[in-house]
Amino acid sequence: MRYELRCRECHKCWGNLPQSICEDCFSPLEVFYDYDSIRHDFTREKIRQGPPNIWRYSALLPLPADHSPSLPVGFTPLIKTSTLASQIGAKTLYIKNDAVCVPTLSFKDRVVAVALANAKSFGFDTVSCSSTGNLANATAAQAARHGLKCWIFIPADLEPAKILGTQVFGAKLVRISGSYDQVNRLCSQIADEHHWGFVNVNLRPYYAEGSKTFGYEIAEQLGWRLPDNVVCPMAGGSLIIKIKKAFDELMQLGLVEPKPVKFFGAQATGCSPISTAVKLGNTEIEPQKPSTIARSLAIGNPADGHYAIKTIVGSGGWSEDVSDPEIVNSIQLLAETEGIFTETAGGVTLGCARKLYKQDRILPHETTVLCITGNGLKTTDALADKYESEAPIPAKFAEFEKLLDREFEVPVAMRA
Amino acid sequence: MGEMNITVQIPSALRRHTGGAAKVSCSASNLNELFSALDEKFPELKPHLRDDSGQIRRFLNVYVNEEDIRFLGGSLYVFKDGDEVLLVPSIAGGLV
Repeated sequence: MRYELRCRECHKCWGNLPQSICEDCFSPLEVFYDYDSIRHDFTREKIRQGPPNIWRYSALLPLPADHSPSLPVGFTPLIKTSTLASQIGAKTLYIKNDAVCVPTLSFKDRVVAVALANAKSFGFDTVSCSSTGNLANATAAQAARHGLKCWIFIPADLEPAKILGTQVFGAKLVRISGSYDQVNRLCSQIADEHHWGFVNVNLRPYYAEGSKTFGYEIAEQLGWRLPDNVVCPMAGGSLIIKIKKAFDELMQLGLVEPKPVKFFGAQATGCSPISTAVKLGNTEIEPQKPSTIARSLAIGNPADGHYAIKTIVGSGGWSEDVSDPEIVNSIQLLAETEGIFTETAGGVTLGCARKLYKQDRILPHETTVLCITGNGLKTTDALADKYESEAPIPAKFAEFEKLLDREFEVPVAMRA
Repeated sequence: MGEMNITVQIPSALRRHTGGAAKVSCSASNLNELFSALDEKFPELKPHLRDDSGQIRRFLNVYVNEEDIRFLGGSLYVFKDGDEVLLVPSIAGGLV
């Protein structure tokens, strides 16, 4: 067997099945690989010959033997910043831009692609998820592509674009009066009783492995090198630990030179259970009731929080959090300096990175990658009061010249 | 304060240790007493709910009437008659 599920804590082997929890000790299951059997299929050369999407890394993804990819996903740009870097006191600063991940403009396309490959091989005809929005979009879109029935559970107050961006794919949307944590608890109960493939419940171990492609791409796009620092937004806490897993695998298999990478976690102050624990030196999570515009990160009880803390602290990194106004300001700064329109989670990541540079926890000359995981077009309401709607002018050249005289001002986010 | 009658929902994965029962009635006034009552009723369940040192397992979330017990005071919460307790393995989702 090329891979199988094992308990992260008691290490019991479970083979391959749609299950995320060790029935012995309730700890999460994790995909373990037989790296010796994969070593020859996972080389720089073979990856280079692969398709320009996440399937170039198939050898290290938990995919059924007969899997044939139906959709190009991922391989998003890694952009070296210049204006942004100089604005925030950085020198070698990159943006990994999953705001333009396909097909639904967030990094969730990666995890869903791997989850649905497994849903089909396990024989599910219905797939489902609890979601703060991006996962809903990704699951609904790819379920449509695969011809699977789809039920999506979301908190009722989600951004309109994320609701419409789920319904359009023909998914059955269930809005729940309550927080994401309540939606999630309900989905655990539903998954316990219905034979559905919940991508982030019973398919979670497979689903989460899709996040590794974000890390593989960073390393490959840096010319098979690892960065010094990664700044990563955290909701459930899974992405940051999977990027570390990706880097560890690349080092173990000899695709990159071994080096220490520091992991920095980013949260909104209004929902900061992980950053709070890191700052207090705790290893366990105290759950919170979220209150932030960064609704995609509004998970008060992150299941992978404990492991995210270990990843951050063990790497010598740190975790920061930012207020809602700081989030909005950073969305604007990224747009104005690099032409990238990210959603609120991206504002969290950049906002925290700015703090980390100020605190000298990240040094300017170090190679640092910011993980931008979602698209600003989905959360335009966060910016609703930031721009006045311009009064129209007559279609006369003289009127335009008058307007021009009034207009030479510095962009708002750069004044700070 | 006397012991209260509460109902505990057992996740399907653990029902083989409760003789198939999905709901179990218990008398307990707080979380420690509840787990002791479960230990006594279903000795086979105990190693699944507690680690080697006897602590309730880290990844087991306890809800009372749909609310995470940690928001109600955790082990200090005093059960009321008719409380419904859910045991749910911790699972997250969301963006990242």
